[in-house]
Amino acid sequence: MIKPTLYAKWISLVFAAFVLAACSSNDTKEAEAAAAAAEEQAAQEAAAQEAEQQAQVEAQQGREAAAADVGTVFYFEFDSSSLTEDARAQVDAHIQALLGNNDSVRLEGHTDERGTREYNLALGERRANAVRDYMVANGLPSYRVETISYGEENPVAYGSGETNWQQNRRVELK
Amino acid sequence: MWIRRASLLALLFFASSLRAELQIEINQGLDNPTPIAVVPFGWQGLGAAPEDVAQIVDSDLVRSGQFAPVSRRDMLSYPTRETEMYFRDWRAISAEYVLIGQVTLGTQIRIDFQLFDTTRQLAIDSGTVTGPVTELRMLSHRVSDAVYERLTGISGAFATRLLYVSVMRNPNAKDFYRLTLADSDGQRPIVLLEGRDPILSPTWSPDGQEVAYVSFETSRPAIYRQNLRTGAREQLTNFQGLNNSPAWSPDGNTMALVLSKDGNPDIYLLNLTSRALTRLTRHFAIDTEPTWMPDGKSLLFTSDRGGRPQIYRYDLRTKKIQRITFEGAFNARARVAQDGRNVALVHQRDGRYHIAVLDLVTDRLTVLTETSLDESPSIAPNGSVVLYATKRGQDSILAAVAVDGGVRFSLPAREGSVQEPAWSPYVTP
Repeated sequence: MIKPTLYAKWISLVFAAFVLAACSSNDTKEAEAAAAAAEEQAAQEAAAQEAEQQAQVEAQQGREAAAADVGTVFYFEFDSSSLTEDARAQVDAHIQALLGNNDSVRLEGHTDERGTREYNLALGERRANAVRDYMVANGLPSYRVETISYGEENPVAYGSGETNWQQNRRVELK
Repeated sequence: MWIRRASLLALLFFASSLRAELQIEINQGLDNPTPIAVVPFGWQGLGAAPEDVAQIVDSDLVRSGQFAPVSRRDMLSYPTRETEMYFRDWRAISAEYVLIGQVTLGTQIRIDFQLFDTTRQLAIDSGTVTGPVTELRMLSHRVSDAVYERLTGISGAFATRLLYVSVMRNPNAKDFYRLTLADSDGQRPIVLLEGRDPILSPTWSPDGQEVAYVSFETSRPAIYRQNLRTGAREQLTNFQGLNNSPAWSPDGNTMALVLSKDGNPDIYLLNLTSRALTRLTRHFAIDTEPTWMPDGKSLLFTSDRGGRPQIYRYDLRTKKIQRITFEGAFNARARVAQDGRNVALVHQRDGRYHIAVLDLVTDRLTVLTETSLDESPSIAPNGSVVLYATKRGQDSILAAVAVDGGVRFSLPAREGSVQEPAWSPYVTP
C-alpha cells in the first residue's frame, strides 16, 4: 500500500519535472528556481514522513515494552477460568502490542494439582480459551492465537498448599 | 578366575539395571493374618537358581496383607517334596499352611508346587507351571495366584503387570517423563517411552498386548497405541485441542476418547478398524474421563454439566445419559471392577481428595483413603485392590488399598515421582 504522504511526494516530483521540461527553452532560471523549491518541499515532506514513521515505531516499541513489563503469565482463581482484573489489564497490554505487529502467540493453560489429571486438562484448556476469546473479542484475528492445555503437568511450584497452587493456576503466553 | 570375575561383574550390572524402581511398604494388613511358611524351593539345573521362587511367592502373599510370613531361620527343615514333610516341624512354629516346591530347568523352566494344611495334616493343593526361562518371575507369581485363590477363594492378581508414569522434577529445565511397564511387584521395569514432554493416561488393551497413552512429543497432545510384543507404535489422533483419556472397549474394537475439536471437551468413539469417529456427548460443559462398563453396553464419564464434576453413565443403546454420583461436590475419573459392581473414583470431602468406591447395587459410597491428594484409581483384575497415586512430601507415590479397606501398602519410587498407575488385565501366559 502506498501511503498518502508518499503519494503526495511523487506527485510533486512529477509536477516539478513537467515544469522543468515545459520551461526549458526560454525560462530556464524560473524553472530552475521552481525545481529547487519543489525539491526542497519534497525533502521536507520526506523528513516529516520519516519522523512520523519513527514515531510509529517508537510507539509500537513502547506498547511492546509495556506488554513485556506486565509479564507473560496470567493467574487464575481456584477452579475458575474467568480473567481476574489484574490478568485482564495484562492481557490488554499484550493485545495493544499484538495489534501493532504480526506476531502469532501460543497460550498454554495450566491448573494446580488438585482434582484429577484429565479433568484438569479440560480446565487448563478453558483458561487458555478464555484468554484467547478475550483477545479475539478485542480485535486480534483468531488465526494468530493457538491454545494448548497442560493441565497440572509442568507446575512452576512443586509443593502443595495455596502458596504453591496459586503460582500454578495460570496461562502462559509464548 | 579372571573370566569368572568378569562374568560376575556383568551379571551384577545386569541385575542392577533390572532393579525395581518401586519399593513396597506394607502400611496395614489384616488383624489376624494367616501364618504360612513358604519353604525355599528345590532347584534342578546347572549352576545356581536364577531366582528365589519361594522369596517371590512369600513377598506376594505378604503384600496381600492377608498372610503372615514364617521366617526361614525359624524353619526346622527345608522339605522340597511330600516325603520330606513332617507336620510336627510346622505345628511347632505355628505355621498353618506350608508351601513347598521344586524348579526344574529343561528346554523350558517348570515349577512344581504343593500346599499343605498343617492342622488337617494333608496336601490341599498342588500344581505345575511351565514357561520360558526368562519368565521365571512371572511363573512364580502364578504359583502365588494359585495359593492365594486356594486359601481365600478369590483369584490372585500377582501374575499381572503395571503401567505408570514417572517424573523427574528439574527446577532449571523441563520435567523429564518416563512411561514404565513393570511386574505387579514393581520388579523388571521396562521403559516404554521417555522425554521432556508430558506423558498421560496410560491404559491397557483388554488382551493385555497393547497400551495406549497421551504424549505431548509433537508439542501438542496426541493419543498413541503401542504393541508390547512388537514395539510397533501408532499415532491414533491429532486433532486441534484436547486429545486424551483413551479407553479400550472390552471387545478391543473401539476406543473411547476425549476431543475438544468441536469447541469443548466431549466423549467420542474411535472405531479402531474403520477409523470412523462417532461423537457421543454434545454439551457445553466438560465431558471427560470415559471408562467402559465390563459388558461394553455403557460408559461412565465425568461431567460438570450440573455445575460441579460428577459421574454420569451413557447407555450406548438408548443414548440416554444418567447421573450416578450424588454424594459430595466432586466425583471424578471412575474405573469399574470386572464384576461391574464396584466403581473406584476420586471423591472430594472437606477440600481433600480421596479414593472412594461406589457400589452400583446398593448406591453406597465408601471412602477408602485418608490422604488428601489421591488420584488415578486403577482396580486390580481380581477386583480386590485399588491402586492409586497420592502425595508424599513434594513427590507423588503409588499406593494401594483393599476394596474392603482392610489392607494398605505404598510403592514409593527410589527417585522422583510416580503417578497414573494402570493395572493390567489378566495376561494370557
